[in-house]
Amino acid sequence: MTPNQPPRTMAEKILSARSGKFVSAGDLAVVEVDQVMIVDSIAQSVIKVLADLEATPKFPERVSFVIDHVAPASTVSVAEAQKEAREYASAHGCRLFDVGRGICHQVLMEEGLARPGWIVLGSDSHSTTYGAVGAFGTGMGATDIALAAASGKTWLKVPESVKVTFAGDLRPGVSAKDAALEMIRVLGADGATYMSVEIHAGDRFTRGERMTLANLCVEAGAKCGLAVPGGEVLSDYGYDFPSWVYPDEGATYLREVTIDLSALQPRMSAPSEVDNVHDVSALRGLKVDQVFIGTCTNGRLEDLHAAADVLQGQRVAPHTRLLVIPASSVVMEQAMADGTLLTLMQAGAILGTPGCGPCMGRHQGVLAPGEVCVSTSNRNFIGRMGAAESKVYLASPAVAAATAVLGHIGLPEDLKVTVAS
Amino acid sequence: MPRVWKFPDSINTDDILPGKYAPFMVGEDVFQTYAFAHLRPEFASQVRPGDVLVGGRNWGLGSSREYAPQALKKLGVAGIVAASFARIHYRNLLNLGVPAFEAPSVIEALQDGDEVTLDVNSGLLVRGADTFQLTAPPEFLREALKEGSILAYYRKHQKFPGE
Repeated sequence: MTPNQPPRTMAEKILSARSGKFVSAGDLAVVEVDQVMIVDSIAQSVIKVLADLEATPKFPERVSFVIDHVAPASTVSVAEAQKEAREYASAHGCRLFDVGRGICHQVLMEEGLARPGWIVLGSDSHSTTYGAVGAFGTGMGATDIALAAASGKTWLKVPESVKVTFAGDLRPGVSAKDAALEMIRVLGADGATYMSVEIHAGDRFTRGERMTLANLCVEAGAKCGLAVPGGEVLSDYGYDFPSWVYPDEGATYLREVTIDLSALQPRMSAPSEVDNVHDVSALRGLKVDQVFIGTCTNGRLEDLHAAADVLQGQRVAPHTRLLVIPASSVVMEQAMADGTLLTLMQAGAILGTPGCGPCMGRHQGVLAPGEVCVSTSNRNFIGRMGAAESKVYLASPAVAAATAVLGHIGLPEDLKVTVAS
Repeated sequence: MPRVWKFPDSINTDDILPGKYAPFMVGEDVFQTYAFAHLRPEFASQVRPGDVLVGGRNWGLGSSREYAPQALKKLGVAGIVAASFARIHYRNLLNLGVPAFEAPSVIEALQDGDEVTLDVNSGLLVRGADTFQLTAPPEFLREALKEGSILAYYRKHQKFPGE
């Protein structure tokens, strides 16, 4: 900040740095793009637009294809689409993360393909996840993604910002997922539309927890969810954090919200809008047919640990199915090495290939009419995971695990009572 | 005569086209026949070219899947009038050249089945003797839409509007 420039938000600072000119909320910025991520479900469309443009990726090393949404392929047409993505990546020198490597957002973070101050565009709405490490991550459709691949740039309207401050400490049994659901309840499903959610949490939250928070910002409509660097992301991952990534003191926010973590109870989003958030205790007792632990929101090692802590020595209820899908091959290997997978399987969990799994109702664990699923994912829309008459409730891994054992919605503490009686 | 299809607040991309009916799941030629399959199963077979979709707040929240607006385009929808739009979907609509008008003040006056015509260029929606002036997209987007879409703009100028 120089004397004649007003203090700026994190979004304004990143977009200024990456567009090479001073921009503030409302301005149009054309920015260099550091990474373009393309998932299997949209790869064909992107390739078609590139062909229409008679263009190829300008910087192939900045383009990653990830086959995760239906992995492995479920039908011949899906297999054909994935084959096309594979061949295109190979022919043009782009990165390819094939079946089983994991969910796009988890994989890019593991591979260091999202870094502080970078612009990362993904063909998936949850590309806000990259804000966990201070990257401006945002989701776009096939046309925008193809244009970014072809030009190495994109246009962005510089967003207004909402400042969300997390204060206090989470109580035992309450997680970053609960904090994220509370944030969505407070903001509302369109409360941050077109905006940047700037997350101020000091040194609270691990990188994985920050991914959960940034991931869910899009469920408040946000363009990006930028976590001010702090805590583990500063010390453990060896990233350079340029000073221009940090927001300026006195920056202008459209709205400021503080969430007291110490007052937070485990939260659950009931059908069929993500901001329909309640305390788990208010929904307790509802019979559940399927529990799904995984996805870009909560499929990381720490999430599997949280589930295993609850499931240790327990058994999934006879009428309930528990699906566990690690977010990546790395997560799966670590969970295998440390015994977590054994604990989960001894409790009756069914394991799936690292990937998105049943989150969007395309394969694996599709719900029948009338069925109820508690999921650690990020959307509970009508018919999201199968039949229009099925219902999806969103919760933390610990609550999901307890629900699987109980066979109905409940908390880890209910489980202990049930077992003792 | 084109008609209004009226939808409530918070229509998401799973409503517009459920994920299981993505083109790569069911085929490029037929995916549009599943538009609103859960919410209004009669929609895809009864919608006619020139029809106008009217929604409430936060139209198009959810996925970045461009084939959701693509399905509406393939069915000949003339435009979408909503109180507000979700960000990714709004970009997708404009990229595909599907007119999107944020016009919160006219939503209540429009009913399902109203016979209307939409003049995209003037932003005029006409129902019998009633005329509704809709708000146009921001200027830099209009610059792109003059070429038909942002894709067409880029193809012609080899740069983005404002670059």
